[in-house]
Amino acid sequence: MTQSLKGRYAIVGLGLTEMGRVYDSAMGFAVEAVRRALDDAGLARQDLDGLCLNPGLAWGEAAMGSFALQQALGLRDLGYSTTMNIGGATAAAMVQHAVMAIEAGLATTVACVFSDAPLKPPKPAADGKQKQGSAAAYGFARGLNAAYGQFGVNALYALVARRHMHRYGTTNDHLGAVAVAERAWANRNPAAQFHETSLTLADYHRSRWIVEPFHLLDCCLVSNGGAAVIVTSAERAANLRQPPVYIWGFGQGHPGGDPVDTLTSGAPWARQNAFRMAGIDTSDVDVAELYDCYTFTVLVTLEDYGFCPKGEAGRFAADGTIAPGGRLPVNTGGGQLSSFYMWGMTPLSEGVIQARGQGGARQVEDHDVVLVSGNGGILSTHSTLVLSPLAS
Amino acid sequence: MSTAAKPLPEVTEELRPFFAAARENRLVVQRCEGCGRRRFPPREICSECLCRDARWVESGGRGTVVSFNVMHQVYHPAFAAEVPYAVVLVELEDGGRMIANVVDCPLDRLAIGMAVEAVFEKRSDEVALPQFRPRA
Repeated sequence: MTQSLKGRYAIVGLGLTEMGRVYDSAMGFAVEAVRRALDDAGLARQDLDGLCLNPGLAWGEAAMGSFALQQALGLRDLGYSTTMNIGGATAAAMVQHAVMAIEAGLATTVACVFSDAPLKPPKPAADGKQKQGSAAAYGFARGLNAAYGQFGVNALYALVARRHMHRYGTTNDHLGAVAVAERAWANRNPAAQFHETSLTLADYHRSRWIVEPFHLLDCCLVSNGGAAVIVTSAERAANLRQPPVYIWGFGQGHPGGDPVDTLTSGAPWARQNAFRMAGIDTSDVDVAELYDCYTFTVLVTLEDYGFCPKGEAGRFAADGTIAPGGRLPVNTGGGQLSSFYMWGMTPLSEGVIQARGQGGARQVEDHDVVLVSGNGGILSTHSTLVLSPLAS
Repeated sequence: MSTAAKPLPEVTEELRPFFAAARENRLVVQRCEGCGRRRFPPREICSECLCRDARWVESGGRGTVVSFNVMHQVYHPAFAAEVPYAVVLVELEDGGRMIANVVDCPLDRLAIGMAVEAVFEKRSDEVALPQFRPRA
């Protein structure tokens, strides 16, 4: 019976490194994130007996990444170890795996870790050797799509977003409303990369096009850094340093097919299990931390959790609903668009902060039910967590 | 201004028949030997019936724009002089979906649902690329 898991496991530690244009190896960030999560929880390394790693791009193939991380951390005698990758849905999925591993008796205390270091330090200007764009440097451009000038994930998501606009009447004003709302939240979060910079809808429209229909400010920040959470049983959680963040429910959904046709994430499936396990409905959600690789992703996700009818999220967001002071606070730390991009760890970490009531100027008063979503690929993979400061 | 040539797609074993046909200005797509479904891009295994056998068959080259984007960011120097340019996703009438560009069509005329037909753009002795232009 999945219902019996509600409130029986908790997130007890959160470790976030410096984020953004900071430089370390992917392993260095991962180790530092785990160290901070242990400190946060009041646990020691020897308390960990399970390890889940989501390797970011800088890990390369990372076929045995969690073992490499175990060795780097000097961890002995783990009962559970896994390296997972379903893109941006991995973070919340790692928490699910941690719960299942503990429930199965394989481990008691599991660290779930992500890190990445895609940004390289600026080269000293005196270097002399000018690196100009010779075609030989573009070894990535070998496929059929590249021959047509179709490069990168932005361009793929743009095809889906354009189709959504065509079918439902979504506009750049609607996309911009998400960027503006998240920036307003970032302005209340001192750790956000855009903490000091305000944003209006006019600013949004003035930001340069990357690939229409996406302006620069529709796209997430690329960031270096690491993030970790520690999962254990509710019994152990009761005696640790931080207020426990109880896991009420979880689910996954991976629709398959072509997102240009479905215009749907995996949330409609993921939410069924998660909400049934948590015993909640969409209307019970106090705070939503939604995966936001693009402004567009937030709109689709709002629809797919049932906060508004399919196709209506643009108008929903444009009414100020998700901004500070709105009816449904969304991405309260500034999200991937305005705070930092750590794949699914961005919404997960902010969900933990909100559920603990540690959001400072951005803390949402009612935060008994916190929804966290993860999304990978082009709306390809999806994971859901329902978190709460209450055990039941 | 960069004079770099546009990247030539690698003529992989999988795509060799596609490029051989394109050199003769013919568009071909895969047809599953198991269920008869036509598909593009090519796959090793049919996702409908899991059959591994497919052959390349002629496409009429007529299709519809399912979606499009307009690229402004320069990812490769050969496209520096072209931005902004559109990339389209075309659904072929007789099966298959292709990424391509639309030729003979100003950006402000491009629309989802536009009827298009294949034409060929020679990129090298070995490679001609199917492109699409509006049809009446």
